[in-house]
Amino acid sequence: MARGKHRLGRGVAIVGAGMSAFGIRPDVTNRELFAEAFTDMKGSVDKGFNQQDIEALYVGNCGAEMWESQSVMGSLCADIIGLTPRPARKIEDACASSSVAVRDGVIGIASGLYDMVLAGGTEKMSSLPINWTTMALACGSDTTFEGSVGFTFPGLYAAMATAHMHTYGTTHEDMLRVAIKNHTNGALNPKAHFPMTIKDVMNMRAAKAKEKGAPVPTWADEMEFLNDPRYNPVIAWPNTLFDCCPITDGAACLLLVAEEIATEFSDIPIYIIGTGQASGHNLHDRDTLTSIPAAKIAAQQAYEMAGVGPQDIKIAEVHDCFTIAEIMAIADLGFFQEGKEAATAASEGKTTRDGIKPINVSGGLKCKGHPVGATGAAQMVEIFLQMRGEAGERQVTTTDIDLALNHNIGAHGTTAVVQIYERR
Amino acid sequence: MKDIAFTIASFDHFLSEGKLMASRCAGCGALWLPPRPICLTCKGDEMEWKEMSGKGTLVAFTVIGVGPMPMIEAGYGRDKPYCVGIVQVREGPRIGAQIVGVDVAHPENIKIGTPVEADFVERGSWHFVEEVAKVKKTYLAFRA
Repeated sequence: MARGKHRLGRGVAIVGAGMSAFGIRPDVTNRELFAEAFTDMKGSVDKGFNQQDIEALYVGNCGAEMWESQSVMGSLCADIIGLTPRPARKIEDACASSSVAVRDGVIGIASGLYDMVLAGGTEKMSSLPINWTTMALACGSDTTFEGSVGFTFPGLYAAMATAHMHTYGTTHEDMLRVAIKNHTNGALNPKAHFPMTIKDVMNMRAAKAKEKGAPVPTWADEMEFLNDPRYNPVIAWPNTLFDCCPITDGAACLLLVAEEIATEFSDIPIYIIGTGQASGHNLHDRDTLTSIPAAKIAAQQAYEMAGVGPQDIKIAEVHDCFTIAEIMAIADLGFFQEGKEAATAASEGKTTRDGIKPINVSGGLKCKGHPVGATGAAQMVEIFLQMRGEAGERQVTTTDIDLALNHNIGAHGTTAVVQIYERR
Repeated sequence: MKDIAFTIASFDHFLSEGKLMASRCAGCGALWLPPRPICLTCKGDEMEWKEMSGKGTLVAFTVIGVGPMPMIEAGYGRDKPYCVGIVQVREGPRIGAQIVGVDVAHPENIKIGTPVEADFVERGSWHFVEEVAKVKKTYLAFRA
């Protein structure tokens, strides 16, 4: 048994949260995206703050070395927002980079070293041709035993999907229901990469065909559209285009302070009451291919620290990089039983915005976009807005969100971070 | 053979000789494929090489049209997809590899549980730098 008390030395709260617009952003670099998120964050701090009081910067970034031929993202982000000479560091844990960055920021405050830190992440992914982006993403696999034998990222999750289908009878339509739900949510998120429902996408495609004078395709409903390989091709079987999150540019950040000073800055601080992180094996060395063991461990740590259980969580932002990933996530977090119950939660309306457990009300990675090094922090931005009742049209109104959770996976489950948030 | 280091380079060299080699923990007998220098079960670091039969079954798979660069260089693409999967070898451990001899045009017909046998294929290396990427290596594959 590991030593240590597994609780924070003192409490930590989020008093500001912001994000850039997500999408294809040829106009800006990583650091400029981060500056955009920082400016957005400043507007969210109810009582304002003095920038000189920020004592350290933690920046999640997965692959600027590949996408931008640029390392040292920590100090570059510090420089552009005028934070030098404060210490800044870049944290890389693939798609969980910014959750790890925030968690490290939390630990920095909990240790007593700092009272206020800025943490978040940035990723510029659209700068390479798709072949090289596929390669850059696959660098998050074990390139010796996964990438180089032919696995891509959609491929690793597709392999887990085949195991899920084989073990539980999960269908591809169960997976596509997750995409339909998350696009329904994201259509109401003005910062989402694709703020449109699948029905909107479908109508757009038909309109485009008409415009070109081509035969206008017709589909009975979204599912028929998604089952049309001309419009939803296979990427890595069974993953089709609409099972996969897009390639997105974006940044997000949070202003964290010690609990005892939180109300100096915010009328409604959001307290981080549980934080868990675990690492995991490559796919071939895992005991299971139908769940992510590291996520279960991270969740258990977070629940124990917070003193709450899955039933207490009102909404969650989970890592739906691929549709099967959300099906596994909601089981790993203990919201639904692994297998059929989790696989059909979206189609049965349990995880919709007005369902019993709203999941990914932001649109998730699937619709909002997945700038890998910024994703975890962006999940927390949504939680900050939802818990404060500031999410606009997509605000969850069916429940009082006093407890929320984010679940962020690095690579295919070799890193997992789960955090729990409280509004008092 | 005990003197051969328990490294990825040694594993690769065995592949180039058509051998699929695992490391077995001298302390607890746990078998590791791909080989490991440190046993995950007992944390011991005394290993011995053990040749695998090469026979196994498919436990998970996918069929990919847009692959990483070494697969594109090897001629695969949207018009020529390939299968890659996780195989459980008869001796117990699992490993990822390209799966050949399956119907990639109809992935729904590829079945988990299909018996497979080790095969060895040559491809370029995993690297962003062309000079390194063009160096040919032997990779593990399985044939259905």
